Amino acid sequence: MSGSATVTTRPAQVSGRSVDAGGRRPRWTPGRIALLVVALLLTAAWLLPLAWAVATSLKPEGDTTRTPFSWTGSRVTFDAYSKVWESGDLMVWLMNSAYISVTTTLLTVVTCAMAAYGFTRTDFRGKRLLYGLVLAGIMVPPQVLIAPLFREMVQLGLVDTYWGVILPQVAVPAMVFILVKFFEGVPRELEEAAFVDGAGRWRVFWTIVIPLSRPVLAAVAIFTFISTWNNFLWPFLVTTDPGGMTLPVGLVNVQSTFGVRYAQIMASLVIAGLPLLIVFAFFQRQIVRGIAHTGLAGQ
Amino acid sequence: MTSTTTAAPAPVAKPGRGAAGRPVRGVRRKWTEHGLVFVAPFLVVYALFLIWPLVSGLGMSLTSENITGSGGEFVGLDNYAEAVRDPDVWSSLWNTVWFTVLSTVPLVVVGLVLALLAHQLRVVQWLWRLSWFAPFLLPSGVVCLLFLNMILPSDFGLADQLLAAVGLTPEIGWLTDERYAMLSIVATTVWWTVGFNFLLYLAALQAIPAHLYEAAELDGAGAWKRLLHITLPMLRRTTGLVVVLQVLASLKIFDQVYIMTGGGPDESTRPILQYVYQQGFTGYRIGYASAVSYIFFALILTVSLVQPLLSRRRAEEAAK
Repeated sequence: MSGSATVTTRPAQVSGRSVDAGGRRPRWTPGRIALLVVALLLTAAWLLPLAWAVATSLKPEGDTTRTPFSWTGSRVTFDAYSKVWESGDLMVWLMNSAYISVTTTLLTVVTCAMAAYGFTRTDFRGKRLLYGLVLAGIMVPPQVLIAPLFREMVQLGLVDTYWGVILPQVAVPAMVFILVKFFEGVPRELEEAAFVDGAGRWRVFWTIVIPLSRPVLAAVAIFTFISTWNNFLWPFLVTTDPGGMTLPVGLVNVQSTFGVRYAQIMASLVIAGLPLLIVFAFFQRQIVRGIAHTGLAGQ
Repeated sequence: MTSTTTAAPAPVAKPGRGAAGRPVRGVRRKWTEHGLVFVAPFLVVYALFLIWPLVSGLGMSLTSENITGSGGEFVGLDNYAEAVRDPDVWSSLWNTVWFTVLSTVPLVVVGLVLALLAHQLRVVQWLWRLSWFAPFLLPSGVVCLLFLNMILPSDFGLADQLLAAVGLTPEIGWLTDERYAMLSIVATTVWWTVGFNFLLYLAALQAIPAHLYEAAELDGAGAWKRLLHITLPMLRRTTGLVVVLQVLASLKIFDQVYIMTGGGPDESTRPILQYVYQQGFTGYRIGYASAVSYIFFALILTVSLVQPLLSRRRAEEAAK
């Protein structure tokens, strides 16, 4: 691997995990050990609910309400999972959530990136006014629009459709703002060279600007995906048919029908929670950077 | 011939303005040369699903419309007058503000403490991120149902079991007792979302130049002094940002309350968004619901407009 070459040339960077910026390895002083103990206790507290959900989901249903409390049932069983799986609803909601989140993310990234490019690099009548209108929109929380938005969906016949869930989540002014700030920092020379070679705006946008902006586009995409996947209020309002519900809405809707079958509730929560946790395991770095980026730019 | 006659006005036409379809230097300009083409897709969706509802909602708030959009009569400011006199508007606004106050403090402080710990330790960063940030990635439905089924059942619920393990049997109605319901929702929210603030603080901590600490260390400043005189002052801007983002996020509380208590007990946790939902979607009074929405919107606008003014004044004072 090429990594072995850097080990010898730049040792400080390779072992960067446990070395501070000054290049020294921190000592395990008593103070630092105390901090570690505190951090581990907090970690345990934060993981406790998740561990409890998994433990309960693996118990036979009859053991879940038994007192005194124990972490394990009389045996480990996947009964709850197979029951939840067989009922089929959860898979339908997973697919709905996946379809809605992916489509929303793609549309958001494309429309916001195009708009941001238009506002930073092109000129047209009314541009300042329109950009001002977009910036003002950052102040409007979508939650205050539920009543008029719902009536609009009724009139457009979009209640209980994918588009009814997707479209109101696409035009996010804050994302345009983040991308405008990024594009302003991209040197114009790169694009001008392409114009001289005869490329049009469209080509320059897709072949030069988009590839250059991959990190910020990834940040916007990740942020949009997480918030769409987790959105509850709007999908909850605009879907009434269980077959069209997203995962969070479907789960809440069905909670009452579970009765007191705690193992099944916990099994479905584990299944519902896993997708983004798996994504997180693979894309930790990008997600962390994306949150920091979009969050800090959200100012 | 034609190329010479059209060549003259070409330099006058500014790039992309009114030039669509006009021959320039003998080449037909493509439609994509116009700036509006880039902005249009966003603007169409934006106008349809943000601007238009914002305007039509204002119109609706002046009518007695029901949810289907029929039977509406112009009633002027009657809805607003009614809302101001409606004790449910005030109590749900108060619940919203109270939740915001209760949740913002721990969400900012705990987020900062977690970030300081992770930054100071510089080991197993993945573990801190996994345990403290990962809950943020769970849908509210999953989190709320988890806590609902974990803390609500008395006797065998986890909360009661943990208290029993240390010898307490308080028989607390975590979500059914007015004294604890809001606190339970706050605790759930802190567990769920503190990771976001944790990450913002962690990013800010990593951006503090190391030489500041080195210089302080040479001057003999201990860990505590470095925290008080370097780290915390350097984080002031981030703290301002985190507080504002948190206040705006907390004001929009709906999911946790709707799923965990339904607004109860005795409407003691019902936030303003749930009241809007009840009036508009289950009570079918969408005109009135819109009026209440706009009162809520005014509250949010005030918060988001006041903050920049405050931070500007602070910046000016610092510059003096």
